[in-house]
Amino acid sequence: MKIFQEESTQNRSDAVFKLITLTGAVILLLIIVALFVQLIKSSGLSLKTFGWSFLWSNVWDPIRQQFGAASSIYGTLVSTAIAMMLAVPLSIFIAMFLVELAPPVFSRWIGTGIELLAAMPSIIYGMWGLFVFAPFMAKYIQPFLKNIFGNSVLFQGPPIGIGMLTAGIILTFMILPFITAVTRDVFAMVPAVVKESAYGLGATTWEVTRKVTVRYGIRGIIGGAFLGLGRAIGETMAVTFVIGNSHRIVASLFAPANSITATLANEFAEASEPLYLSALIELGLVLFVITFLIQAGAHIWLQRVRKSVGVQ
Amino acid sequence: MKFWIYAFVIALVLALVLTSCSSGGKSAKNTVINGAGATFPYPIYARWAHKYQKQSGVRLNYQAIGSGGGIAQIKAKTVDFGASDAPLKPQDLQASGLIQFPMIVGGVVPVINLPGIQPGKLKLTPQLLADLYLGKITEWNDAAIRAVNPHLKLPDLAVTTVHRADGSGTTWIFTNYLSKVSTQWKEKVGFGKAPSWPHANAVAGKGNEGVAVYVKKVNGAIGYVEFAYAVQNQMNYVRLQNAAGNFVAPTIKTFQAAAANADWQNAPGFYLVLTDQPGNDSWPITGASFILMYKKQKNAVVAKRVLAFFDWAYKHGQQMAIDLHYVPMPQKTVQLVEDTWTKEIRADGKPVWP
Repeated sequence: MKIFQEESTQNRSDAVFKLITLTGAVILLLIIVALFVQLIKSSGLSLKTFGWSFLWSNVWDPIRQQFGAASSIYGTLVSTAIAMMLAVPLSIFIAMFLVELAPPVFSRWIGTGIELLAAMPSIIYGMWGLFVFAPFMAKYIQPFLKNIFGNSVLFQGPPIGIGMLTAGIILTFMILPFITAVTRDVFAMVPAVVKESAYGLGATTWEVTRKVTVRYGIRGIIGGAFLGLGRAIGETMAVTFVIGNSHRIVASLFAPANSITATLANEFAEASEPLYLSALIELGLVLFVITFLIQAGAHIWLQRVRKSVGVQ
Repeated sequence: MKFWIYAFVIALVLALVLTSCSSGGKSAKNTVINGAGATFPYPIYARWAHKYQKQSGVRLNYQAIGSGGGIAQIKAKTVDFGASDAPLKPQDLQASGLIQFPMIVGGVVPVINLPGIQPGKLKLTPQLLADLYLGKITEWNDAAIRAVNPHLKLPDLAVTTVHRADGSGTTWIFTNYLSKVSTQWKEKVGFGKAPSWPHANAVAGKGNEGVAVYVKKVNGAIGYVEFAYAVQNQMNYVRLQNAAGNFVAPTIKTFQAAAANADWQNAPGFYLVLTDQPGNDSWPITGASFILMYKKQKNAVVAKRVLAFFDWAYKHGQQMAIDLHYVPMPQKTVQLVEDTWTKEIRADGKPVWP
């Protein structure tokens, strides 16, 4: 009798557990769908007025009620690209050093430091970027780049320290700890047996790292990179502080630019006209779609990598 | 069973939190005036509110969310009054059933970051200011600037213009001025709270503080901030040539000179912009900040409480305004405004004021 009772409570608790988890999962889906529907609904006026040209028009003129997202999309994509180009190789090197080469105590200390960096709120990066890093860029790094590359298209204009390049570098600092932390964990999970066998065959540290560790952890690296990408593309405050908030598309990385999130942060409160507000919400919709496409792309890529590498 | 106990406890805590929130809101509502809008007059409104609360017990809850936000909030009827640096046109007032009146006068000051140039030493004509922001002058040692400042040793620096990234009444006043003094600006850019800035090397900061920081951090930058902000942060200001042809420095005196010439009497709906005013000493980029209220008030007591605060501010807040580098409204204008209250603001068909 007693056994019977216990079983029934167990069944019930299982049912409740299932119900709770299911509700959570469904709520998540509902939120995503509701968000998407609401974004489309609220940007209806702008969608109707500008159509597809919203995506490639570079005019952002609240006075004349003409809006185009090109400059914001361009800024978001370029600043994120700069960050990824700098952060991904750098974090792989850091992770390699921590796992393969550094003495364990040292590695632990640096590991804690990285986690601390990852936990730092973005506004801190923004303020540090504006007050410390931007003047440093203007005084040393930008003149240095100008010296090396001359007056190439990418490094034209006066070195003012605020602009696309600074935003990209600040984003690099922000996503570096994320990618490093994930990559380090992945590298650390490579079975010692595999590595030892490679060493046993006479491979050098570099060969083991390149042919065993990286190959083994490639999915983790890509996963970490996309985690960083996700953060970089949606980052708002830090970018707003240093990007310069100018609605223009200029080839020079020294020039002030804008990003979708920075435009939203700056202009939402003051957008009193319906079309202006609607255009801003459409910007949000564009960001939503971009993020979605990137995530979908990442998924497909991961699948393909899994097949081609043939591990796990 | 444990689960149900947890659920019950959580529900209880939630219920407690919710009820305490709502009751807190109710009890405070009786003595609070709610306003939202311009950031430009925020320091003086906050000072007035602090003093007024001590004397009358009425608390002013003013959200400095920007002029555009202020207009949106009053139209959504979430606040008792809205505040805007840009006056609404008489037909807009008519359409929305609002009245507006000027509360305080302030000024916008161009500030620069030029190594080796002392504050107030650089002189600019209206044309030069417009050309700098249009991107026609790109170097500080341009011949046109040297011609006006023959005694200054101007550095060989590129011009970076700084403007507001957020829509702003300060921008409205500044671009309104540029439109008045430069036909090219008027045709190419126009004026508004967030115009499309023409200069390629233009950086934008959020709020006065954002502009101020960018100007301070970028060598060769020129920006514009409200006067009080420039004074408090000891920024390097320029002297501007006014309509009379004199180069004037931004001081309380030059703002007062500009405000004194304002003809509020003949401005329907108090639609008057104080930029480029005549007068030997007038600072050219001056502007009033406005309050917006509904003509038809639902609750006479609330409406009167709001008006009583403004009346007190007009009559007892002058010195505080001057201390914070604003220009209080002259007595004559105050009378005009209060007459308008009596005429226009009604609850149940009866005048609310006095």
